[in-house]
Order: sequence, then C-alpha cells, then structure tokens
Amino acid sequence: MSVQAFADLLERLVFTPGRNAKIALMRRWFAEQPDPDRGVGLAALTGELAFTAAKPMVIRELVESRVDKVLLALSHDYVGDLAETVALIWPQREGVNAPPPSLSEVVEGLELASRAEVPALMEGWLDTLDAGGRLALIKLVTGGLRVGASARLAKTALAEWSGQEVGEIEEVWHGVAPPYIPLFRWLEGQGPRPDAAGAPVFRPLMLAHPLEAPADVAAVEANPGDWRAEWKWDGIRVQLTAGPGGRRMWSRTGEDISGAFPEIAEAMEFHAVLDGELLVIRDGTVAPFSDLQQRLNRKVIGPKLMRDYPVAVRLYDLLLDGEEDLRALPFDARRARLEAWYARHAPARMDVSEMIPFTGLDHLSGLRDTARAASIEGLMLKRADSPYLPGRVKGLWWKWKRAPLTVDAVLMYAQRGHGKRSSYYSDYTFGLWRTNEDGTRELVPVGKAYSGFTDQELVMLDRWVRNHTTGRFGPVREVEKAFVLEVIFDAAQLSSRHRSGVAMRFPRIARLRPDKPAEEADALETLMAMVENRPAGA
Amino acid sequence: MTVTPLGLYCEPGNFFIDPSRPVERAVISHGHADHARPGHKAVLATPDTLAIMRARFGEDRAGDVQEPLRYGESVTRNGVRITLLPAGHVLGSAQIVLEWKGSRIVVSGDYKRARDPTCAPFEPMECDVFVTEATFALPVFHHPPAEHEIRRLLDSVALFPERAHVVGAYALGKTQRIIALLREAGWDRPVYLHGAVEKLCTLYESLGVPLGDLRPVPKGLKRGHPPILAGEIVIAPPSAESTPWARRLADPVTAAASGWMTVRQRAKLRGVELPLIVSDHADWDELLATIEEVRAPEVWVTHGRDDALIHALSLRGVRGRALHLVGREDEEDEGAPEAPAGTEVPAGAAH
Ligand SMILES: [Zn+2]
Ligand SMILES: [Zn+2]
Repeated sequence: MSVQAFADLLERLVFTPGRNAKIALMRRWFAEQPDPDRGVGLAALTGELAFTAAKPMVIRELVESRVDKVLLALSHDYVGDLAETVALIWPQREGVNAPPPSLSEVVEGLELASRAEVPALMEGWLDTLDAGGRLALIKLVTGGLRVGASARLAKTALAEWSGQEVGEIEEVWHGVAPPYIPLFRWLEGQGPRPDAAGAPVFRPLMLAHPLEAPADVAAVEANPGDWRAEWKWDGIRVQLTAGPGGRRMWSRTGEDISGAFPEIAEAMEFHAVLDGELLVIRDGTVAPFSDLQQRLNRKVIGPKLMRDYPVAVRLYDLLLDGEEDLRALPFDARRARLEAWYARHAPARMDVSEMIPFTGLDHLSGLRDTARAASIEGLMLKRADSPYLPGRVKGLWWKWKRAPLTVDAVLMYAQRGHGKRSSYYSDYTFGLWRTNEDGTRELVPVGKAYSGFTDQELVMLDRWVRNHTTGRFGPVREVEKAFVLEVIFDAAQLSSRHRSGVAMRFPRIARLRPDKPAEEADALETLMAMVENRPAGA
Repeated sequence: MTVTPLGLYCEPGNFFIDPSRPVERAVISHGHADHARPGHKAVLATPDTLAIMRARFGEDRAGDVQEPLRYGESVTRNGVRITLLPAGHVLGSAQIVLEWKGSRIVVSGDYKRARDPTCAPFEPMECDVFVTEATFALPVFHHPPAEHEIRRLLDSVALFPERAHVVGAYALGKTQRIIALLREAGWDRPVYLHGAVEKLCTLYESLGVPLGDLRPVPKGLKRGHPPILAGEIVIAPPSAESTPWARRLADPVTAAASGWMTVRQRAKLRGVELPLIVSDHADWDELLATIEEVRAPEVWVTHGRDDALIHALSLRGVRGRALHLVGREDEEDEGAPEAPAGTEVPAGAAH
C-alpha cells in the first residue's frame, strides 16, 4: 500500500466531523492495510511520527526549478498554503511510471538519508504521487502533518476494531513502538500481550459523573457515611508515573506533558503511580486556571516562567506503590496507603488533597457554596468502597459543582454546527451592554455557547436565527439584537485576549428568554463584578 | 466583433453572443444562467439548448423567435457564417464559429475536454481568434478523472451504510453527469433527487440521455418521523445540506461536486465532508492543450483567471487579451461562502 492510501485516510479524517465516522475510517485502515504500513500510519495518527527532515525552503526550491515564477506566485496567492500549492501545481515529469512509495519506504528513506540527499528523494517521490499523496508527503516530511483525530481516538478505533479494551491498549502502549507489529499480532489474537517491561505506562484515569439527578442525590443523602468528600480543583488532572524505567506526567488523555513541567519530573524521586491535580500554587494558595495556562504550549520553559508560575501536584490517589497494584482496593484503603506513602517520601512540589468531614449533603453544599475561590470548581464525592476503575463508571464518583453564575445576555451571532447539527445554527455568540464615554450603549461579545438547550429549543433558536438575520459572514450569521439568553458559567476571569476584557469558563445556555427585552439584558459591569481573584478557601 | 456592456457583439452580423440583458438577436452557447437569459426577441442555439431555455424560463420567455441550429450545420447572417460545434460542457453546449471575409473566430462558451456521457465531446476547430473562458486557469487545477471521484463516493457509501450521502451539484449538467457516471460505475439503485434538480433530469431523459431509476426525496414527513434514505445517494443543489430540508435524511454525509473542491480551504469553508473534484470546465492543462490545438495566434479571455492564462500564453508566443466580461458568475461556485468579515467571535475559554 502506498502513501496514496494514507493520504486518502488523512483527507477524510480532516473533513469528517463525526467521532463515529472517524472511528469507522480508522478501523478500516487497521483492517485493510498490510504491515508495516498500518503501524506507520498508526504512529502518524497518534502523533509519534514527527519529522523535520526538510525545511519548507527545500520544497520551495524544488518547485521553483520546475514551475514558472509568476504562475507559482499567482497560485500561491490563490491557495494560501505553500505545501498545498506545491502539491497541486507539481508538474510530473513525462514518462515516470515508478510505483508510488509505501508509507514505510518513505519513513525508512528519510531516516537513512542525509539532509543533502532529502531533496532528490522528495523529487522522485513527488513524481509518482497524485495531489493528495503529494500533500501528505510534504506535510509529513516538513513536520506539518495535521491529523483530524486525537491519539486517544485512534486507540479507541484500535479497541473497537480488535475487541480489546481501550484501557488494555493504553497499558501496553508505552511498551511498543512503530510499526507496532507485536501490538497488531496481539490484537489479532496471534501473539502474546506485549510487555511494557518497566517502561512508564499510562493507566486510564477514573472519572466522575456530575451529581444532578434527584435519585442520585437521594442515594448519597441516604447514607452519607458511605461517602468521602474532597475539593474539586480547577487545574489539569494528571497521572504521575515514576520508576526505574523513567518518569512521566500524563494528561487525562494519556498525553505525556512531562516536558513542559521539568520541576515536577525532577521531584518524582519515587517508584509509584499517582493521580492528582496540576495547579499553580503560590504560598499555599491555588492560583486561577488562567495562571496555569501561562505554562501550556510554551516552546521554552525558562527560569522566569517557572518562578512566576510555580506548579505543584495535589495528590488524590495512589494506584501503584512500587510494583504493587492498589487499584482493586477500596478507596479508604488506598487513601490510607497514600497518606502513609506521602509521610514516608514527602516529595517536593506535592501535597495530599484534604478530606472534608461532613454530616450530610446540606452541610456539604453549605461548605461548597461558601468556598468561592476561583480555583475551586466544587466538590468530589467518592464512595468509600470504590475500587479505582478506568473511565466514567456510574455511581462511584460524583463531581458536585457549585451553583453556576448567571447573566442575561443578548444573542449577537450564530454559526452552523458540525455533523448532525450542520443544518442548525447551534453555536451562539452573545454579548452584554457596555456604556461608552458619551453615554451611548453598545453590545460587546463576551462568550460563545453551544450547549445547555434542549432539542426543541435548538429548533426554535435555529428558526429565530434564520428569520432575523441581518448579515452573513461565511458560516456565521449576524442577527437582530433582540433575543435574550440566560447564560450560566462556572467562573469569570480577566482576559486580555477578549475584546470585552473578560472570559467565561464553560458558558452554556440555561434558558431562552424570548419574553425579555434586549435593553434589559445585563451590563458588562455585572460580569466584571463576578471576576474572581479571591484566595482559595476564603 | 466588439465587447459591449451587454457582452460580445458581432457588428457585421448584428447579433450578441450570450448577452447579459434582453436584445433583438442573440446567439446562445449553452443553457447556464450566466449565458442564457430570458426575454430575447430572436434566439439562435442548438435544439437542446433551446429546450433547456424553455424548461427554465417558460415557453414564452425563451425567445420570441427560436432558431434551432444543429451541431456542424451553418447559417449566414449579413454575410457572417455561423456554425455551432460541441463544447463538451453540458447537454446542447456549443462553440460558436463565426466566419467573415476569410477570417474565423471561435467563441467557445464554457467547455471541457474530459469525458462526459451526457453530452457530445468538444470538437477543436482551427481559427484566427479563439475566445476562451478561464474559470480554472491556474496551474493548481488538475481535475482528476471524474470516474475516480465517483469511486470515492461509492466507497464512502459502502463504508457508511447507515448514512445518506447528499451530493451538492448544479442542477443543469453536473447533476446529470454525476448520475450517468454512477450508472456507468454500476450503481443501479434509485438515485434520489431534491425538488430543485428534478425538472432538468426529466428533460435530459426526454432528450435521450438515460439516467435510470430517479425518485424524489419524500416530502411531507410527520414530525418525529425516523430519518430516511440511509445508504442511498441524494442529489441536491449546493448548500441544500445547510437548510432544514436536510433534516429528514439519515445523518447525511455532505459531498460537493465542483472543480473548486481542489483547494482544501474552500472545501473546508463550505463545511463539506466529502469533497469531489468534478468539473464541467476545462482545467489548466485542458485550456493550454485546446489553445494549442486550435492554433490561434490570438486568444481572448472572457472571464476567470485571465492573468495567469495570458502570462502562460505569452511564454508560448500567443497574444492574449482579457475581455473582463461582467456577469459571468461561474455556476460551479454557487453556494460558496461569502468572504469572512473581520467579525470577532470569541470562544469560551474552556480547556
Ligand atoms: Zn456554463
Ligand atoms: Zn459560464
């Protein structure tokens, strides 16, 4: 199989919005492609195939040797992207009838070639491929490959295709490498389960459901003694894995984020697997999430950044102590082990999440709603006897967020949704009133919501948008400023990236207010007054 | 031959070619809305183009006097000999060959060189001046064989049998070509039609282009009716997938058949899930090959990317001239999004 088939897969993944459709496309890849190409493709899908074998300049020089300069400039101007321009414009040399390279040939070729040899190699391949194949090749070689699927989704597709649990695949994942032949042999029932053999392995996290349904609330209320409470912190849920095979900090989806937080990796001088929350903590006080965001997506982690945004991990759970797997133990037993482990090791930049004693849900909701620190999202309720299970198992762990904040905002723009919602205007940008210096009032967009409404409300909103459009910008419609939405959100934070100066966390639509005149919607100051910078626990 | 605000005008013959407003005498290359308009007094065109105009505008608006002229036959007007030759664009589409005092101009209208089972293939004719379109006149446009794109469509239907596939296609020409290619590829299930493409399919069949089992997409379903046409192929005008009409269909895969689908960003903006590069216009190579074949020392470019084409011709020693005809909205572009304005649409700061 050739690069061409891989290009087709990438192309469809990029254009397909639906999760299930993406899974179907990837399943077919695993089922139909021969080894080693399917494994090389899997590596590309999971982001483990990163080349920078050639700079974009090399590609430009190649094409300039074959195409008239003026025509190239006109074309580049029209298409926008250089890689795509080259892929489309590439004039094949007459009489080339070599077969297109296989994906593994390309990867091998690039690994063996010196930098000076890459252009000639590329030129030969480009001559055998069609436009789609050329685009995939150029993006692969210059390191700009964009895959329309996450690593997690690729593993889910592997699981669905093979009938193996995705958790099992995650467990062996870090013990296998491209082109994953032992992995595929195991998944096809023709080989043993690959042994991760001491390599740091991500174990899928246990997740909580929101506590909302009255029956669930009643079940907790009936036996409060069966439940344990902790604060739900607004940071990044992480798993720490350390041992002789190395140290890793994984995100909730199994992405290795150790590199961005070297001080945490340095503090992991133990042999254990822990569950916790990554937070910026200054003098014992947890900073808002926006502070943690300053540490994300940075190319260089300098000492100033590390000093200004000091990170720490608040530990929730102990999964493995040394080689001993504690996940089947009840929560209370694991918690006792965690406390003893912490007392023994006292690792730097880590503390243990506090347990909150309570008598009943009334007591607890009082505690929750008086703790208005921006960094507390609410409470976690965990059954005292719950084992540590991968994924979102119902009835064992609940997240109980504090009552959300509310504003009445005016609908300003609507955009069509994706997939099943592509015929509906389902993404709503809303605004609040701002009074200018001269006393006039104008609406300023403050946020965007695409959830919270019922299917019936969606139909109603869609019809309203279509009947009250005042302008169109591509898929976006501007509407008459006449419809009020009651928007709820978890927190408001100052933000220089937004024209309004404020960003809302998780805004969603609580109610439609067709009865309310737009002039009576809230002012921007109302939202500003909700911006939280109070210290944690205050 | 002169360029007027109404379009090309043949002075000695006293007629317009594809004029943009009603005139006394018009010669019409083909039935697309940017070439054929209602309300002319006398219209000369192929019999199929006249039939298409009657179907689109009504019997009384398609020209008070209708003069059919078959491919290869000629008439003379004030000493100007007019011959119509197949242009391979849509059913009835013609190049208009004008001969006067020993010199010959060919006005190609819209044309393509790729195979199309629904219309006669383009016939090159040597001339002194060749008047061409330039819709896809950039070297980035290489339309793949349409058969290849049809295979991609059928492949997707096989992969997603629980979803309806909606192909956005222009009502005249593209719709029928897609259906005919599907039939050639062995798709003998019914093809379902949006109301806006039905009429011209019926007309094509009556003009001798068989399209197989065609059915209207069921209308008037009760609210809450389960979604329909899973595993089937539906043809609809471009952008119908974004209207409430599409909601009756089972989780539709939106495909769009157009030469513009070559450029990913354009396909992305349209929100297309399966872009199909099927064009009824000549691509870059076809334009250059055709101009070489007709051996015209001078080429006039009516509309499209005249800058690139004229530059490429100058490298080949051919004189090019841009006519900048207005009102030639390329039909394949219908439903493309307007240029995005600088609207600030902030996203929620979710992580
Ligand atoms: Zn046309
Ligand atoms: Zn046209």
